[in-house]
Amino acid sequence: MKISAADVLRVAQLAHLELAPEEVETYRGQLDEILSYIGKLQELDVSNVEPMTQMRPPNADGLRQDSRMPVGADGAAAGAAEPELRDDVVAPCNVAEVVLAEAPDAAKPFFRVPKVIER
Amino acid sequence: MSSTPTWTIGTVRDALLAKKTSARELAKDFYGRIEQRNPELNAFLALCPERAYAQAARVDVAIAQGRPLGPLAGVPVAIKDVISTEGVRTTCGSKILENYTPPYDATAIQRLESAGAVILGKTNCDEFAMGSSNENSAYGRVRNPVALDRVPGGSSGGSAAAVAARLSVIALGTDTGGSIRQPGAYCGVPAMMPTYGRVSRYGLIAFASSLDRIGPFATNIADAATVLAVIAGHDSNDSTSAAVAVPDYASDMERPVAGLRIGVPEDYFGAGLDPEVKAKVLAGIALLEKLGCKRVPLKMPHTDYAIATYYIVATAEASSNLARYDGVRYGLRVQGSTLMDMYRKTRERGFGPEVKRRIMLGTYALSSGYYDAYYLRAQKVRSLIARDFTNAFEKVDAILTPTAPTPAFKLGEKTADPLAMYLADIYTVTGSLAGVPGISVPCGLTAAGLPIGMQIFASHFGEGRILQLARAFEKAGGFSI
Repeated sequence: MKISAADVLRVAQLAHLELAPEEVETYRGQLDEILSYIGKLQELDVSNVEPMTQMRPPNADGLRQDSRMPVGADGAAAGAAEPELRDDVVAPCNVAEVVLAEAPDAAKPFFRVPKVIER
Repeated sequence: MSSTPTWTIGTVRDALLAKKTSARELAKDFYGRIEQRNPELNAFLALCPERAYAQAARVDVAIAQGRPLGPLAGVPVAIKDVISTEGVRTTCGSKILENYTPPYDATAIQRLESAGAVILGKTNCDEFAMGSSNENSAYGRVRNPVALDRVPGGSSGGSAAAVAARLSVIALGTDTGGSIRQPGAYCGVPAMMPTYGRVSRYGLIAFASSLDRIGPFATNIADAATVLAVIAGHDSNDSTSAAVAVPDYASDMERPVAGLRIGVPEDYFGAGLDPEVKAKVLAGIALLEKLGCKRVPLKMPHTDYAIATYYIVATAEASSNLARYDGVRYGLRVQGSTLMDMYRKTRERGFGPEVKRRIMLGTYALSSGYYDAYYLRAQKVRSLIARDFTNAFEKVDAILTPTAPTPAFKLGEKTADPLAMYLADIYTVTGSLAGVPGISVPCGLTAAGLPIGMQIFASHFGEGRILQLARAFEKAGGFSI
């Protein structure tokens, strides 16, 4: 798999990065080398493997007695337990002032940005 | 360095209770040390004396009034600059957050201060914790206090250097692929990554959310255990923090190790491992055998795929997490003619080369047409790597490996070759991907006097087991083997 300059520019556009012309060639070479190395993942047969989509321990049985964490039925993938959910209650969150104080350009209660809609 | 006295959590407490010093005097002493050493080391990016002296005053009043003290009362602490501190500038080592002051404290910070800790300041790190040498900081490299021409490791290089140089008693770092353990090894101090979910990530500025963890640096195992006990535990502000009771690490730590089965995976001792590192780590394992541990040879066949897996999973998550830096809500804004122009110019100016490289790699791995071949496949291999650990822990109580394949390398040695830099994390990323806890403990020096680290993994929430082995190793003289 060879990475081209067009690939780099496409990815930069998706990632909202503006690259200087000399950066395009540098990143092209480096991404090409890194992705070639990552190509070794193709060596493995993963046809019967579930992707690891959460970080709960595979078998939390030993934790059960001193834990309120629900435990799933099996540890087939890397985490079978569901995370504990809190009660769905409304809590006050009056942080608009402090949040807007960090904005580069605030027009309370809004963040101001360059015009995006043309008439 | 040896002329700088080493304080521990215990000696601070004794000195305060005996009124040999005050929390204020101690903070002042540490600021003096920092003033002297930091220009050379560049370990601290910001100091917060006002906050430190206010906290020290609270501790001193409590002592004067004979009130009970928290477990970290008066203990000077350094905090990696990716952890939010209310009112104290937090840059993540990035120009894009050069003037960012968080409006709230991370949970770990709240817990440290509730326990009486005195936060001295914020430590240097690779930009957004992306790096293995601390050379990716927008605010200059950190020098290894043990060998000034060498890197301190990364990304928590400033925290490791601060503790190693005795500029703070303890420090917090963060570990995504080795960023606590590897700098701990390079600087010669114990450095621990807790289980994923053990310590709340609330207020930790995200790099890769399924991997990021907060943990301690200390000069000894008892201090690491005390800090972990303070910061561990469920937090309703982090839905991934586990509601698992925090055990009494201080007593777990002192249990005898005789009879414990220690696994030694051959996959961590192959090509690329420096012979001096290998010899010392094997000597460290032999020392534990002498203490009665039973050595069990292991195979963890997917170890060799961990770096490739990690650099897809971590960069994919990073590309998503770092999308928030767009010049709208906080941080740098570079004006543009359109909204898109503003986004691009802000991110171009604000991010350094390694961060851009990882955002692009992650964006590529998630992009249409490549998602299955890269991201989905990496997530499947991640399951296989986690399974290697699950299988191993059916046979052993802990796994022992080198922390890093080499001792600290020279400043500038690997900056031109990102892939060579990534391979410095080859033995640490496995545990990161699996979610298990790990520690790096000092394990002697090379002939040239460079620190070597030995890594101990245990199963999920097995921090007590890790501390038990680490403490036995420390008591038996393993740190200077």
